Amino acid sequence: MFMYTIKRLIAGVITVWFIATATFVAMHQVPGDPLMNDKAVTAEIRANLEAKYGLDKSVSEQYLIFLGNMLSGDFGISFTQQNRRVNDIIRDHFPVSATLGVLAILFAAAGGVLWGALTAIYRNRMPDIIIMFLVILGISVPSFVFAALGQLLLVNINSLIGESIIPVAGWGTIWHMLMPALVLGLGTMAFLTRLMRSSMLEVVNEEYIKTARAKGLSPTRIFFRHQLRNAILPVITVLGPQIAVITTGGFVVELVFAIPGLGRYFVQAVQQLDYTVIMGTTVFYGAFLVLMVILVDILYGFIDPRVRLS
Amino acid sequence: MSTVQPTAADFEPVKVESDVEQISRPSLSYWQDAWVRLKKNTRAIVSLWIIILLTVFTLIGPFIWQVDPALQDLNQVSQSPSWPKSAVVVEAYSTWDGIRIDGYQSPDNYPEQVAAPTGFRAVGDATTQRVRLSWDAVAGADGYNIYRNNRQPQDFNDLGLPLGSTYGDELSYEDRLSLEDREYYYAVVPTDGIDEYESYTLLTVTPQLALTHEEANTRGLAKSGDHLAVGDQITIEFHPMGTDYLGRDMLARLMEGARVSLFIGIVAPFLYVFIGIVYGGFAGYFSGKLDVLLMRFADFVVALPFLLFMILFKIAFGIGPGESGIFPMLIALVLLGWPATARLVRGQVLQIREQGYIEAARLLGAKDHYLILRHIIPNTMGVILVTLTFAVPAAIFTEAFLSFIGMGVAPPTPSWGSMCNEGVKTMLSHPHELIFPAVLISITVLAFNLLGDGLTEALDSRMRSRE
Repeated sequence: MFMYTIKRLIAGVITVWFIATATFVAMHQVPGDPLMNDKAVTAEIRANLEAKYGLDKSVSEQYLIFLGNMLSGDFGISFTQQNRRVNDIIRDHFPVSATLGVLAILFAAAGGVLWGALTAIYRNRMPDIIIMFLVILGISVPSFVFAALGQLLLVNINSLIGESIIPVAGWGTIWHMLMPALVLGLGTMAFLTRLMRSSMLEVVNEEYIKTARAKGLSPTRIFFRHQLRNAILPVITVLGPQIAVITTGGFVVELVFAIPGLGRYFVQAVQQLDYTVIMGTTVFYGAFLVLMVILVDILYGFIDPRVRLS
Repeated sequence: MSTVQPTAADFEPVKVESDVEQISRPSLSYWQDAWVRLKKNTRAIVSLWIIILLTVFTLIGPFIWQVDPALQDLNQVSQSPSWPKSAVVVEAYSTWDGIRIDGYQSPDNYPEQVAAPTGFRAVGDATTQRVRLSWDAVAGADGYNIYRNNRQPQDFNDLGLPLGSTYGDELSYEDRLSLEDREYYYAVVPTDGIDEYESYTLLTVTPQLALTHEEANTRGLAKSGDHLAVGDQITIEFHPMGTDYLGRDMLARLMEGARVSLFIGIVAPFLYVFIGIVYGGFAGYFSGKLDVLLMRFADFVVALPFLLFMILFKIAFGIGPGESGIFPMLIALVLLGWPATARLVRGQVLQIREQGYIEAARLLGAKDHYLILRHIIPNTMGVILVTLTFAVPAAIFTEAFLSFIGMGVAPPTPSWGSMCNEGVKTMLSHPHELIFPAVLISITVLAFNLLGDGLTEALDSRMRSRE
């Protein structure tokens, strides 16, 4: 187990390095540079600015400097937000995105497992048909439409009550987080519901369920101890990649609900070609996602003894 | 006891009339069988029809509805969907003196309360050119404020847009502020010259769509040679699905947008699934060191944060002025999309390679290319087809998402995603600008998803035993 973790971590580090290099190369292929956005400056000032940010050096030299700084955990200073360190941007805004993401994934996982199990138990009966229809709808409607509809709903609720109980946009209290997390989690919830349903349908007909029933175990005990626990495994496997989907999908929700998350800074940085912020956020997100996948794989070993044995 | 005397005829062989042993039903190939089962799935067939209809809408639609999607009809901005409208021709605007009280005297003292104005009425025909209002004088008031609301006001604080105020001697108001042919709620509130009294009277007015001679001519609505008389009805530009915030025809834009969205949504998956098949098939078939190397590279590409790279690639390929940005997006989608299919195909190939019939074919002297073309590829086709149907909605989503955050197709090229982006901004006042593209995206994705579900069931040989 220990060796396995070490191996995975080494592979993860290589992946992050690959992501960083690929981003660096792609970024420098983009015509123009971050200083382009500034007002017209004389050649002298421009040369000074280039010297300050190290743009006067060759790309390969810049790459080596970047790698060195990255190893010491320093992503440099933002080009467009004067004197703001990229590390500070990440420190200030990632917790917002992470909170939103964790809430969304909690919501999606809880809902997905519950609805999926329910549909499997009521297979081809009314609850199954209704939930599966909603699930198909959830998969087919883009998240930005859900976000817009969610806001519309909040506006209507607030104007009906006469005071704004749940804020329509912004960030701060738990009330601000509810609707964005709900919207963000909907797609994943629909996906997990489908997965849970098919996995549960397979488990329901297993021999050991019959045995458990023959032993006279209560239906609740069979449901929680035998069916749910076995059926939940595929859901946990996809949770890792789904965290990736949720954090990247967060861009839109952050945009619509005016949430000061990291996603917005990334999109902004890409548009303005802010080299340091792009590199910082990409490497950070990449490392985060790789870590998540490894974590889920290790977690899987704890939940499923079969993986541990092999 | 009689003996039977067998004749020669008794030794003739009996002819079997029924052919129980015959296979009565025609034998079906794998694909025919799948098609039969797909046809039983109503949802999948309905989806298939929806996809066909969407294709017709995209390809043939622009030939039937020949309106330029980029043409701005600035006289009809953000129009809701409607039937063909006609306008009445009216005389050119002439000033109105209004209704005044001669020799008006301000009240000596202002009471605490005054009655609501009575006789609030429209003077003359209310048209989109002008709405003229008048009311009776209120005792004790020394002026009036006029408000206009687009919906029924709820109370005194909800009268809507303040249009103007008059002094006590003026009992009329003329509204010429961007009038549309819809219902308006006018309110008149008496004042003491400065402050309002808390009483008001409401009047509902629906102005008639009207054009002056000159406007009809400049908009090219009057046919040449026709002489337009005042009171004539003329048909104005027809927008069955309304117009957007720049007055562009929504139906034409939806068709144009469908071309972009469906083009990217269908071509990109085809390309990257094809690359995935070649790459995965190669890795799976030749296995060994090469396989490990190829798959490690695929794993790296999968690990790239998809969206970040999508945006970076798009910018790296660059969009020149006047370009739509469709091709950079296509290339970015293909470059990032193939590893999933490659993994899947490799798994399939590895599985099929070990099957008995491959071994048998090899024993009979089949060459590599024969095995690949005749046995391995046809047997992975089912899985590939299913992947393809699920890749289409994913690509449409990605396009819509990128266009929504403003990193997709460049304006003025419409795509469903960029139309949603524009529609969200006016969601509350003109919901149709968001609803139409959003519903189209949803229906398309829904149809491909349901078709994919149907295909999975139809192509999965394990499902046959369950029937």
